[in-house]
Amino acid sequence: MSSIDCAIEARQLVKTYAVRGNKRGIRALDGLDISVPRGMIYGLLGPNGAGKSTAVKVLTSLARPDSGTARVQGIDVLARPGRVRQVIGVVAQRSGADPTATGRENLMLQGRLYGLRGGAVRARADQLLGHFGLTEAAGRLVKTYSGGMQRRLDVALGLMHRPAVLFLDEPTTGLDPESRAAMWQEIGRLADNEGLTVLLTTHYLEEADRLASRLAIVDRGRVVTSGTPDELKGELHGDVVQVALPAGADSSLVRSVLAGLPEVREVVIAGRDVSARSDDGAAAVPVVLAQLQRAGINAASVAVARPSLDDVYLRHTGRRYSEAQAPEFGTPDGPSDETARDMVEASK
Amino acid sequence: MATAQLNPAPSGAAPVRAAQSGAVPVAVALVHTWYLTGRKLHALVRQPWVLAFSVVQPVIWLFLFGQLFRRVIDIPGFAFHGTYLDYLVPGLIAMNAMSNNMWAGMTMIEEIERGTLNRFLASPASRIGIMNATVAEQAVSTTVQSLIIVGLGLAGGARYHGGVGGVAVMVAASILVGVVFGALSNATGMMLRSREAIIGVYTFFMLPLMFLSSAFIQTQLMPGWMQAIASRNPLNWVVQIGRSAVSATPDWSAIGVRCGGLLVLAVACVAVSVVTFRSYQKNV
Repeated sequence: MSSIDCAIEARQLVKTYAVRGNKRGIRALDGLDISVPRGMIYGLLGPNGAGKSTAVKVLTSLARPDSGTARVQGIDVLARPGRVRQVIGVVAQRSGADPTATGRENLMLQGRLYGLRGGAVRARADQLLGHFGLTEAAGRLVKTYSGGMQRRLDVALGLMHRPAVLFLDEPTTGLDPESRAAMWQEIGRLADNEGLTVLLTTHYLEEADRLASRLAIVDRGRVVTSGTPDELKGELHGDVVQVALPAGADSSLVRSVLAGLPEVREVVIAGRDVSARSDDGAAAVPVVLAQLQRAGINAASVAVARPSLDDVYLRHTGRRYSEAQAPEFGTPDGPSDETARDMVEASK
Repeated sequence: MATAQLNPAPSGAAPVRAAQSGAVPVAVALVHTWYLTGRKLHALVRQPWVLAFSVVQPVIWLFLFGQLFRRVIDIPGFAFHGTYLDYLVPGLIAMNAMSNNMWAGMTMIEEIERGTLNRFLASPASRIGIMNATVAEQAVSTTVQSLIIVGLGLAGGARYHGGVGGVAVMVAASILVGVVFGALSNATGMMLRSREAIIGVYTFFMLPLMFLSSAFIQTQLMPGWMQAIASRNPLNWVVQIGRSAVSATPDWSAIGVRCGGLLVLAVACVAVSVVTFRSYQKNV
């Protein structure tokens, strides 16, 4: 892919944050590379603390990397941040809407900061309010909005000036399941907009799988693999036989007894979870169980599954996604700082 | 909900860019100052009781101290022509301006936490405009509060011999000291991002600076060391400017010098907050 076709291109981004008590600081980005083709929803999937928010901050000109290059729509983010700001829309993890103003006022101010004037601002605000189902609430103060309404307003704010690239940083974190489903629908509709490129960061596997045309899995500040969700899952040939071991089982013994089986191609053990890859999962189950029993290990449970992004993550990082997932620091809208979260996690 | 094209985004030239590409940076800064100040004032107008409540404390002091220390004026060497209430009003106006603006950093922290500041920073919003809006809002709220105290003082029997012009100078000085402490508070908020730090700065400075000024008592009645500090205390300059400006015989040259000093200090403090703002931008 030549860089001309890329909406976003980052090369070897490194960003270290200074922290008290750690002389070397914390490396939030550790040589991150991404190439996002124009006109699609591109997912950046990774657990909390993987560096996704930091990547978005660098790409949106908010944070300066220690080294590396970044281009958005062909414009160098470091050399010409002002030009980049004109062509991007940013929906950060934290709502940025002013709660003491109405929805319409928020949109109008946003439009004016981008140089829209006169009737065009109001027309655009009304169009977006209608599109996101906020027309009735347009004159209400944002602090009276529900979480889902606020998030929709946030997306509308990001679209106000018709950006070429829209950054959506964890758009559904903190939403209830119903609002999340509604937001997914909204984001899905963004893909229909000709020419709009969306960079979506998420720590929900399902969200990335469902919305992103292509995605990159980020772990500890770098991209571990990228491709379409189907390609990524397709790399993991066949089914996965998942076995939960009883407490105290010897994982090296398990590995050695399973590795010799012709039905099983690859064995990954994470804690008490064993994932064995097989061309025919159903046929492999009795063989695997029998082999384990012969070694004196009685499986606690067994399941056969099609490969999921969780398996992709496991394959590339050696950890289960749920284990990598950081504990939540406060509520998403609370005083926790996503950068701090990145930093705390990276320090572990 | 419409399903029509939401974003007929031209991949090259956004219509928006055409509107701003030819604009002069200074003009953009002014226009953005206007819009961003509008946002702040709108919020202020929506909650007028916040402004009113914030003057409750000085108003209580006005009447409580006005009564309690009524006879202070008779101490030999106090040297003031008028009632103690006349004496007190300029002091409380200065105190109110300092006290309320020292909380400015709280709003700054709120805007950082809420993501509003980052939203502006990721947009083409003029950086100068963002800072200007903060200063302009502080100036407006300080003016309103100072005028409330002037009015209540008048109702309580205080007299301003310097007339409207004198009151205007007194209010202007309160704006300047408000800008000084507002800028410092904003810098504290951006740098430390902790409410406790702002409360700490407030408690550390507020009462000492107030009592090391001529707000309640003439400096010549203070011990020597206190006089030495008071003469270098910007809060005291504000009190003295106000008191002289509303007196029957204003000392315009002293007022001018002290106003100049305050102005220099205000510019310096705003510069400090701009520098902190830059460092915040680098460490988002």
